Amino acid sequence: MYKVEASKEHQVYLQKHKIRKTSIAFSQISIFIAFFALWEIAAYFKWIDPFIMSQPSRVIKTVISLTSDGSIFLHTGITVLETIIGFLSGTILGTIIAIILWWSDFVAKVLDPYLVVLNALPKTALGPIILVWIGGTTSSIIVMALLTSIIVTILNVYLAFKSCDEDKVKLLTTLGATKLQILSKVVLPSSIPAIISVLKINVGLSLVGVIVGEFLVSRAGLGYLIIYGGQVFKMDLVMTSVLILAIAAALMYLSVNWLEKKLNKMR
Amino acid sequence: MVDKVVEIKNVSMNYHTLSGETQAIRNLSLDINNGETVSIVGPSGCGKSTLLSLISGILKPTSGSILVNGEPVAGPSSNVGYMLQKDHLFGWRTIIKNATLGLEIQKKLTKESQAYVEHLLDEYGLADFKHHYPKQLSGGMRQRAALIRTLATNPDILLLDEPFSALDYQTRLAISEEIWLIIKKERKTAILVTHDISEAVACSERIIVLTNRPAEVKNIHEIFLTCDKRTPISCREAPEFRHYFNKIWKELDVHV
Repeated sequence: MYKVEASKEHQVYLQKHKIRKTSIAFSQISIFIAFFALWEIAAYFKWIDPFIMSQPSRVIKTVISLTSDGSIFLHTGITVLETIIGFLSGTILGTIIAIILWWSDFVAKVLDPYLVVLNALPKTALGPIILVWIGGTTSSIIVMALLTSIIVTILNVYLAFKSCDEDKVKLLTTLGATKLQILSKVVLPSSIPAIISVLKINVGLSLVGVIVGEFLVSRAGLGYLIIYGGQVFKMDLVMTSVLILAIAAALMYLSVNWLEKKLNKMR
Repeated sequence: MVDKVVEIKNVSMNYHTLSGETQAIRNLSLDINNGETVSIVGPSGCGKSTLLSLISGILKPTSGSILVNGEPVAGPSSNVGYMLQKDHLFGWRTIIKNATLGLEIQKKLTKESQAYVEHLLDEYGLADFKHHYPKQLSGGMRQRAALIRTLATNPDILLLDEPFSALDYQTRLAISEEIWLIIKKERKTAILVTHDISEAVACSERIIVLTNRPAEVKNIHEIFLTCDKRTPISCREAPEFRHYFNKIWKELDVHV
């Protein structure tokens, strides 16, 4: 690009672009405000029953009371920690299994139907089994998170390994590379973007596993608050927990997104 | 050093797939002399690339034998360098790291070999780009970097599998000239597979024409061009150029 005075036409173009961007952001914020305002008003004028539907002002009160005794940090922290452990171990273990499948085509072919079935099976159905086998502990919840993410990881990472450019592998073969060298010098590094995008999927999947696990184990965490609030009919607590969960999930997703951008810049 | 660096003796190569057996090469014999540049041309899909894979040792022939420097080929060796169609520089490695890839794999990355690669990069115009990533380089520069990666392990024989076909025509002419000069300067024996007849005539001292699959040697042309400087671009003006071109074109017997 040359540094010259932008032409009138170009200025109009830039102006148009700016207006569009602002109006998108404006609409997004408007929807947010309108939703909560409508909710508050509807509850205030008793159009809806605030006991069942809760209400933004009551949610804020709940947040304040949960903050004052510190329990909000405890429960959110536990859920976030379990999710992070779950999706990291799911990604790492899944990648290791994908490496084994890449290494031995025979093993990959043999395990293929099992992986297809396990992928189709809703992993949350395994919750009660895990609860009985491992017990009502944090380990159960982490195993749930791991199970929800591992199969998708194996399938996606294996696919990435398989789609590694054959000519790049050929290049290494002509240089006399061993299988381990082919893995470490080309197959793994070229699959890093795929692994990162799996990480992005896994944040959401592990969170599903963690919440279901917390429903079952019922000791601590946002999932516990939600199920507890539902059982004792404290809808304020349920709504508050769901909103905090939404924020936590978004923040975790955004941090993986940030990591992806950072890594892509390096490449 | 022996005069014949590559000896191919009665080599046949069959491929097996579930739908049947394909004979790619049939009873092919060929010698490549030290220091010469030889082009292999032939109809597409005739087994030219298979022949290079056999010489490089990544494939084993069904029958017959291949000797490199008088020794039978028993797998990839550092005597033979292979250059593929695209540069295949790794996007996550800098140019110098890409260039030392072969040394790294063969566990020969020493101070001296590193210095040799740096010298090659300096010599061939990539001094300022050592620590750049491939995507920051032009197509021609990338191809040069790929050649230096091949030269880094100091092979005697270079196998070039349509190394310029991914480039646009102008770049292709310029880079084939440059790479030809580098190959001559480094005194390497080169075997070039190409489907571009004029490139073959311009770059080589001998041209081997192969038949349709299964590939056999159809004819061998010694190329003598009268021009002042024997470089690929300048010798395209030689009066004999188009005779060779026409002869080989007829031998390839292309029907569309």
